[in-house]
Amino acid sequence: MSGAGGSEGSLHSRHSAIARPGQEAVAVKGWLRAHKWLLLRRVSQVSILALFLAGPWLGVWIVKGNLSSSLTLDVLPLTDPYLLLQSLAAGHPPFREALWGAGIVAACYLVVGGRVYCSWVCPMNIVTDGAAWLRRRLGLKGGKAPSAHTRYWLLAFTVAAAALTGSLAWEWVNPVSMLQRALIFGFGLSWGIVLAVFLYDLLIASRGWCGHVCPMGAFYGLLGMRSLLRVSAARRDACNDCMDCFAVCPEPQVIRPALKGAGQAHPVILDRHCTNCGRCIDVCSQDVFRLTTRIDRSES
Amino acid sequence: MINQRPAEPASQVPLRSRRRFLKEMAGAAGGACLLSLGAGMIAAEAAARPATTLRPPGALAEADFLAACVRCGLCVRDCPYDTLRLAELGDNVATGTPYFEARAVPCEMCEDVPCVAACPTGALDHDLTDIAKARMGLAVLIDHETCLNFLGLRCDVCYRVCPLIDHAITLELVHNPRSDRHAMMLPTVHSDACTGCGKCEHACVLPEAAIRVLPHRLAQGKAAEHYRKGWEEKERAGGSLIGEQTQLPMRGLEDRSYGDTRIAPEQRPGLPGGGLDSGWKP
Repeated sequence: MSGAGGSEGSLHSRHSAIARPGQEAVAVKGWLRAHKWLLLRRVSQVSILALFLAGPWLGVWIVKGNLSSSLTLDVLPLTDPYLLLQSLAAGHPPFREALWGAGIVAACYLVVGGRVYCSWVCPMNIVTDGAAWLRRRLGLKGGKAPSAHTRYWLLAFTVAAAALTGSLAWEWVNPVSMLQRALIFGFGLSWGIVLAVFLYDLLIASRGWCGHVCPMGAFYGLLGMRSLLRVSAARRDACNDCMDCFAVCPEPQVIRPALKGAGQAHPVILDRHCTNCGRCIDVCSQDVFRLTTRIDRSES
Repeated sequence: MINQRPAEPASQVPLRSRRRFLKEMAGAAGGACLLSLGAGMIAAEAAARPATTLRPPGALAEADFLAACVRCGLCVRDCPYDTLRLAELGDNVATGTPYFEARAVPCEMCEDVPCVAACPTGALDHDLTDIAKARMGLAVLIDHETCLNFLGLRCDVCYRVCPLIDHAITLELVHNPRSDRHAMMLPTVHSDACTGCGKCEHACVLPEAAIRVLPHRLAQGKAAEHYRKGWEEKERAGGSLIGEQTQLPMRGLEDRSYGDTRIAPEQRPGLPGGGLDSGWKP
């Protein structure tokens, strides 16, 4: 494990030198195809927020509530299972609608991958992607990222804090739920916490929040660790070692086993931290990656 | 990193990596512990919300409410009068939890209680179907010095707007000692009926409301359990428990009706005579 960490470090220093990854892909595939998955994700993130805001802004009530818990078209309840877990730990047996809602959400992420929440739904992703982009452009190095295990400790401690205080203690400061709620219901001083996350990712730790600290990401990672939908480096024979995928990947350590056959024979990325964001598919000029299922282990 | 160091015996490599692993773990655990401890402390500190902020109808007791509410805002969306708000960071109310301030927008006490129906977690108790049974707080006529009715005027606005008029607020007739010939109609809140909707506080005509809805813990006293009210005991027993008491005459007031204790008003020139036979005419 520490051996892998060492080589990750050297990989890291190489890929962080790439200021503008994906240029080759743009030249080969055209701008639109080289940004397809990125655009789709932004559309997904923005339209989810738009669905919530259509009610208060336009009077078109499709979805009510926010990402913590919502009601779609007055029939479909959806609840964040991480919040429900905290609520259970705090000692409140929830009403059946919340249980149903959390069950439906959990079932979806069990199939498509837990961290699809992070890359396709969570608005904080736009903030940290922005910080990562700026960090690359400015060529900022240095700083200190905490261990990637921090998120699991934090996950455990947030649940413990809920149990000890008898309230959703983490939700007082949770930047993720705070940002989505602020966007839907109003900011107050929440922008300060969002700015703190941005600056942390920009100046202190590369991909620090989403990749190392966020307990919500850890929770969804665990939830979807056996998920069906996966990215595969199916045409890894064509890889020309440009390292662009490593440069854009929010969890670069997940690529190596699949792309370079390190510790596994097949080309499917099975690491639970892969967010299925598809950015590696975008930036690869050789079309090495594709979105597929965990069962599909074919190459080419 | 390892390659840059001079060669070392193979047996030391696992030891090194173990040490590194433990160090990393300790750092991660320590950092995470501090972060969540901080969050817990902020939570405990901020759990005391301002007395002017009220929870929606059916809200569980504050400690249970903070465990149950997932901060989704569904109650806020289903409130037809935009009474409820989700607390934003800096509002001094647990971030993301619903509340309202009666002086700004009171609860209109919808008969179908849509906010409670919308709550997915039961933080708003679904057993509350009769809005008259809601207990969001308790109205208190907190400032007798400025209340117009206490000055002997007929404002009555808090009484008139009360959705449970004559139950939650009544006007109690009391002699006005200043004019000595009028009544004061004192707005009086009854805790067994008041829902804490805040319509009275909202409607109070003064620049600062003289009647306010407060949390029960601030608004209500508690009688000691061993206290007995003599008149109630008497009624329950169907007669005095200590024998009939003799009414002794009051010296100097023998010709007055019982309870009229004013000292010789008829002997003071310039003042009208008091009592029922004062001869005063409107």
